[in-house]
Amino acid sequence: MTEVNPQKVSAPEADEQARVEAAAVAPSGPGAGRLALGRITGARHLGLVVALALLAIVGLITAPETFATTSNMVSLLALAATIGVITVGMTFVIIGGGIDLSVGAIMALASVWATTLATQAYGPVVMAICAIVVGTGAGLLNGFLISYGRMVPFIATLAMLVAARGLAQRMSERRTQLVSQDNGALVELSTTRVLGLPLLVYIFAVIVALGWLILNRTTFGRRTYAVGGNPEAARLAGINVRRHTMLLYGLSGLCCGIAAVIIMARTTTGSSTHGDLYELDAIAAVIIGGTLLTGGRGTIIGSILGLLIFTVITNLFILNGLNTSDQLIAKGLIIVVAVLLQRRSLQTAT
Amino acid sequence: MEDISREQSDSSSLLQMRGIVKQFPGVRALDGVDLDVRAGEVHCLLGQNGAGKSTLIKVLAGAHQPDTGEVLLGGEAVKLANPTAAMRQGIATIYQELDLVDGLSVAENIFLGHEQATFGFTRRGEMFAATRKLLARLGHGEIRPSTEVGRLSPAGKQVVSMARALSHEARLIVMDEPSAALAHDEVTNLFRIIRELTSQGVAVVYISHRLEEIREIGDRVTVLKDGRTVAVGLPARTTPTATVVSLMTGRNVEYVFPPRPTGGFGDEVLKVEDLTVPGVVSGVSFTVRAGEIVGLAGLVGSGRSEIMEAVYGARRATGKVTLNGRPVKLGDTSHSVRIGMGLAPEERKAQGLLLDQSVARNITLASLGRYSRFGWLNRKLENAEAERLVKALDIRPPDPNRPIKTLSGGNQQKAVLGRWLVEGRKLLLLDEPTRGVDVGARAELYALVRRLADEGVGVLLVSSEVPEVLGLADRVLVVREGRIVHEAPATELDEHHVLDLVMDATPSHG
Repeated sequence: MTEVNPQKVSAPEADEQARVEAAAVAPSGPGAGRLALGRITGARHLGLVVALALLAIVGLITAPETFATTSNMVSLLALAATIGVITVGMTFVIIGGGIDLSVGAIMALASVWATTLATQAYGPVVMAICAIVVGTGAGLLNGFLISYGRMVPFIATLAMLVAARGLAQRMSERRTQLVSQDNGALVELSTTRVLGLPLLVYIFAVIVALGWLILNRTTFGRRTYAVGGNPEAARLAGINVRRHTMLLYGLSGLCCGIAAVIIMARTTTGSSTHGDLYELDAIAAVIIGGTLLTGGRGTIIGSILGLLIFTVITNLFILNGLNTSDQLIAKGLIIVVAVLLQRRSLQTAT
Repeated sequence: MEDISREQSDSSSLLQMRGIVKQFPGVRALDGVDLDVRAGEVHCLLGQNGAGKSTLIKVLAGAHQPDTGEVLLGGEAVKLANPTAAMRQGIATIYQELDLVDGLSVAENIFLGHEQATFGFTRRGEMFAATRKLLARLGHGEIRPSTEVGRLSPAGKQVVSMARALSHEARLIVMDEPSAALAHDEVTNLFRIIRELTSQGVAVVYISHRLEEIREIGDRVTVLKDGRTVAVGLPARTTPTATVVSLMTGRNVEYVFPPRPTGGFGDEVLKVEDLTVPGVVSGVSFTVRAGEIVGLAGLVGSGRSEIMEAVYGARRATGKVTLNGRPVKLGDTSHSVRIGMGLAPEERKAQGLLLDQSVARNITLASLGRYSRFGWLNRKLENAEAERLVKALDIRPPDPNRPIKTLSGGNQQKAVLGRWLVEGRKLLLLDEPTRGVDVGARAELYALVRRLADEGVGVLLVSSEVPEVLGLADRVLVVREGRIVHEAPATELDEHHVLDLVMDATPSHG
């Protein structure tokens, strides 16, 4: 074809505009966008499920005697429950565009505070409430420093990590505090079983369900995505971004408090050494689960699958009597591979 | 033979693109585009949003590879495999969002990626000298090479981008809407620079939505529609506007403003008294009535956007603002929204949209409370409302679940406006509502704004385009240096008068 001259231009058409617009936006048909989006999220979770299944098969092959036993599964879930609850809070914070490095330290502080002699005198219920209040309070303080003190989340929560750990050491004088016999009811969360599973696993399940509901079915969840995706747009749409950010860290602290209750039940102790480096496991689980570290995108289900993958790997290494250093290397590789795969699936989809 | 005729006609060409086709999943963005640019000319590229302009310049910049077609530079076929290759061939692209590093100096930005260095140590003296020379060539010797780029105005940044292009010894500079972020006098300066460049033999491919600019600076025009070239080499100055517009759209209209209401307006909705933003706005007072569209005309930096943001609570200010008699808490956007304000911000992508999310989620963002009880969302209600608004606003394609980033600028803007089309809105603040929106979609937006006003909403409008303020608003406030210097019904003003008021420093008014 040759140059088209202006005289040859077609007559005005009524639907011309519509065609221009339709051409401007990618695929065909109105439902295509939704389908594509569904495919991505589905595929992303599918990948995680497949990875988890592969790990289970590895477990069955390498440790046929021990892996698939009830006791192993129970201890696996109990382990996952502690970090799992923290991961739920972390997912909210990261989708909201932040990061919380202080989760492990806050959990330790809450466990220590709840197991001091003074607190233990009031019985198991008050101990649990104490842990939750301490966790929430520390989280809100994080949030206050970040929203109203305008500190970078990384720095504010790093300060909290160090300070909370220090405070926990002072309160406990670096000793492990046992949950007393009188407060045995707390430990029953770990020993009492319903349908073969300890109560704390049900707590974990309830927290995950609640987290999913809040994120997907409430205005709070919707605003979390908005605040993380584009804080300026959220502010101009009338969302109180500062208050919301503060609440997100409060929520993360609340989860740490609940995790403290679980770890007290599991270990029958409160200690300043609890939850060491949990922040890294929680962040890693969230990232493997497909949540963007820049905020605005992510899912609870993904985070939990990411966490289970991590927990199963730990379990496999223990069952096979392998070196814990190799375990760390494996975890590092998993993070890299997961993120690379996600980037590819996103690219092919858009 | 076709081939022969082509080669004969284009012997003087610097750049020729022939039959460029680029297919993306689901859409053929370029479907046989021809472009022919001569050395030393300003070649304008026109087309609606989605016509393929951005894809074409990305092919030129080496960012996209065409599926078929060829690119000839100075008569030789070249392959622009990546941006560096394009740069090496002397093609520089200045994107709408300037790709400068704010934290680095002017000189460092210009030589970013090709620093003058010995063993990794930059030769600062040489770079500074070269930078001074480049800036002087652009007529901006006053910009110091050591200045941090983040401190420059948008116009200054653009000059730096052009200096960077020249530092690569560009033969062809592609400018994507260079005037969009500039005020009137800065555009004049930009044109002066462009003329200097072309007089030195550099070719410029100029993309703009503003037809009057093209008439002023352009030599020839190529029009794209639906990924095809529909006209090449039209003379920029003499081709009638009607012809150009009909080539782009198949329509015969440029700006169509809806008729103003014949009756009077309602009660006072907004009352602003002595509003002051330190250093920007000093003691501004005005009112907006129900059903009235009030336009703020002024240059960028005159304080017009700041007035709007202060009223909305997005910026710290002092003074008294009342909405329907209720005092507005300054500096609290959520309070403003609660009592009935809505803002369509200036930077649609940066300030308005959740780009990753669907049209529906973007529309319902500001009114979630309406679809929820105790924080629990009624998603059925929410989706139904989003669907209703998508239909009412004629957002295309009419799919509320489509990611909003896949929509054209005009349709994205409709979604931003749709966010405020809920009951109880008393005042809408529109900051540059048609920026980056094509001609056809503009008319629809104008009609929509008027319809809202007719329903009793007060509207405060900011626009850089004087014809838009005059055509759409009922009353115009002219802002200069943080003060309202003139106020009149839009029908009593004309473009020249307003431009005089806006720019003229002679104090004719208090």
